[in-house]
Amino acid sequence: MALDRASLRVQKGTIHAVLGENGAGKTTLMRVAFGLIRPDAGSIVIDGRPQRLSSPAAAIAAGIGMVHQHFMLVPAMTVAENVALGGTGRYDANAVADRIREVGQQFRFAIDPRAIVATLSVADQQRVEILKALVKGARLLILDEPTAVLPPQDARALLMTLRAFVDNGGTVVLITHKLRDAIEFADDITVLRHGRTMRSAPAVELDETTLAATMIGTAPVVHTDFSTTSSTIGVEKFVLRDVSVTDDRGVVKLRNVNLTVHAGEIVGVAAVEGNGQHELLRVLANRAQPASGDVTRPDRVGFVPEDRHRDALILDFPIVENVALARAGETRGRMNWAEYRTTAERIVQEYDVRAEGVVTRARTLSGGNQQKLVMGREIETASGGLVVENPTRGLDIHATRAVHERLRQTKDQGTAVVVYSSDLDEVLALADRTVVLYGNALHTVTNDRESVGNAMVGRFA
Amino acid sequence: MMQLILLTDVLVRATPLLLTGLAVAIAFKAGVLNIGADGQFLVGATVAAAIGILPGTHSAIVMLPLVLLGGMIGGGVWAMIAAFLRMRFQVLEVISTIMLNFIAMYVISYLVRGPLQEPTHIYPQTPTIATAAQLPRIIPGTRLHAGFMIALVLAIGLWWAFRTTAAGFRLRATGANPDAARTTGLVDVARVTMRALVLSGAIAGLAGAVEVSGVTYALYENISPGYGYTAIAVALLAALQPLGVIATGILFGALEAGASALQRDANVPATLAAVIEASIVLLVIAVGQLSRGWRRQTS
Repeated sequence: MALDRASLRVQKGTIHAVLGENGAGKTTLMRVAFGLIRPDAGSIVIDGRPQRLSSPAAAIAAGIGMVHQHFMLVPAMTVAENVALGGTGRYDANAVADRIREVGQQFRFAIDPRAIVATLSVADQQRVEILKALVKGARLLILDEPTAVLPPQDARALLMTLRAFVDNGGTVVLITHKLRDAIEFADDITVLRHGRTMRSAPAVELDETTLAATMIGTAPVVHTDFSTTSSTIGVEKFVLRDVSVTDDRGVVKLRNVNLTVHAGEIVGVAAVEGNGQHELLRVLANRAQPASGDVTRPDRVGFVPEDRHRDALILDFPIVENVALARAGETRGRMNWAEYRTTAERIVQEYDVRAEGVVTRARTLSGGNQQKLVMGREIETASGGLVVENPTRGLDIHATRAVHERLRQTKDQGTAVVVYSSDLDEVLALADRTVVLYGNALHTVTNDRESVGNAMVGRFA
Repeated sequence: MMQLILLTDVLVRATPLLLTGLAVAIAFKAGVLNIGADGQFLVGATVAAAIGILPGTHSAIVMLPLVLLGGMIGGGVWAMIAAFLRMRFQVLEVISTIMLNFIAMYVISYLVRGPLQEPTHIYPQTPTIATAAQLPRIIPGTRLHAGFMIALVLAIGLWWAFRTTAAGFRLRATGANPDAARTTGLVDVARVTMRALVLSGAIAGLAGAVEVSGVTYALYENISPGYGYTAIAVALLAALQPLGVIATGILFGALEAGASALQRDANVPATLAAVIEASIVLLVIAVGQLSRGWRRQTS
């Protein structure tokens, strides 16, 4: 369930921030408001009248405009052409250009209608997105993580634009997971957590500490079946020394990370999306190499990536070939299919993968069984190290419990385990200790909910 | 006897389709869209002819391997150009291989009117290759040559390699899901695909060499009536399975052999064969898509 009786009340002529962690339901709620998803229950009221928003077209007709985090622009076309796209009738370049200038003047920003979108800066492209909505007559503008792509000074300019829009009688809903944005930009703030509305209040009544607590929750963690914490911690398995990672475009993704993981412990990684967790896990798992720094890791590290359909399985291959896949890169000469068959049969049995046999294709398995297969394969191929990323995404409670139990068992058998999950509860439930990535740097914190949650949003005690 | 000649004619026509079909199948299976089997075929044929007309007498034991190997190297190098462009400048192989087809075509046009032209300088073709460079006939009185056997052996060899070797498994995995091959299998995906492209070129080059050494005994401009393009249909119809290529290659060989006979004897235009070929491919693709959609819905 993505949303559970969530409600949002937005006052006309205000900027309203919707705040929450990944998976809290922010985007889902906005997709409902824009007619992209139809809710199973509940109602939408605009200007006092109930509305049925069955499609984005209906939402646009009702005066709602949406600016997606990933721009929906045709880079090779001009600003005017992009704005006119999706309209009806004849395309009159001059009329559209005039309209763009007019709207631009009204909301205090200038964009050349004849400029090619690909040549514009990210901030200007975002303005084009806003323009598109405004020209279509939007009175309520929904922006999904608008500052995520902007440098700080451009974020300020965006705020000016939004203020001008609101002063002209418009209304803005801002989706964000950044506390600071919400406090600086918004008149009112609504906090979502686990698909529910936790709190809704004017921004002046809220401060960062209260918001962080509401966002992350203060419920005590239920440490289910924690009999295994007594396991003895062994030798160092992973050692990262001053590891930095940069992406293809030279953007720093990890800065001087130092981390040691021992045999027989689970280290949890907690972070808000985009703080370098993706890169850290891949360096640990030997799936990426750092730009600088030293890495010591076991010979063969098992890796459970979050997107199992894309990165972990070949859906059209049978189970036995998917088991063999883990060794594909290192095998020389002939494939020992008899051995792989035995391994696959053992994994299917020991990890409770419900399949008709090892020659059935991976596509026919349910998500939970696919994940159990991946876990089994990676644990069996690993030599002392296992790295898992969002291991229970899309799984039901039953499958989740099975995966968690297996991770603890693996740890007890002397493997060094690193777990990242976008669900903080999952990290805390599994981890013996937790590290936090914030600002693409690693921070060590005490293993309690409050310190971890605060560190995730950049508040250190 | 007449029937035997007709039947073997089908196999003779099928041989270049079989070999180029295998070339396309191996590339497509690795996820590389090699549309350039025709150009690689032509370069292979050119190198084979050039070796075949070398002065001096040599025994067949020397000449035949040299001719066939030369053709493979020629086709492989031609594909390597596309592989290099892909690795170095991110040029899509779909584009580069098609362009290389035209280059190969016009280079041959020049060669058969220039440096490689037969001594009388009347015909735009090379002189006949040495007898030692000609593939032996396997059934006396027919045109069926040893090249057909080479194609069969290669098909079985590839089938075996896909099934049992680690390199074959890496190639299949890379083609089926490059992300999983890279992330889970730690496979060097770029290397696997580029090797597959070069190997594909080498097989297409072998097809060209076999055609020169087994059928035409000389190089001339239109030595390939688009074998490399028909090969795509042959490979797709076989679902990229090497053993399936044997069947579809012979089917298309029969269609083409039959088309000339129909035109000659029944006045049916030969282009009808091309229409039938294209219809078969469309039908197979449609049925494949439909059944896949149906399977997804039920599973």
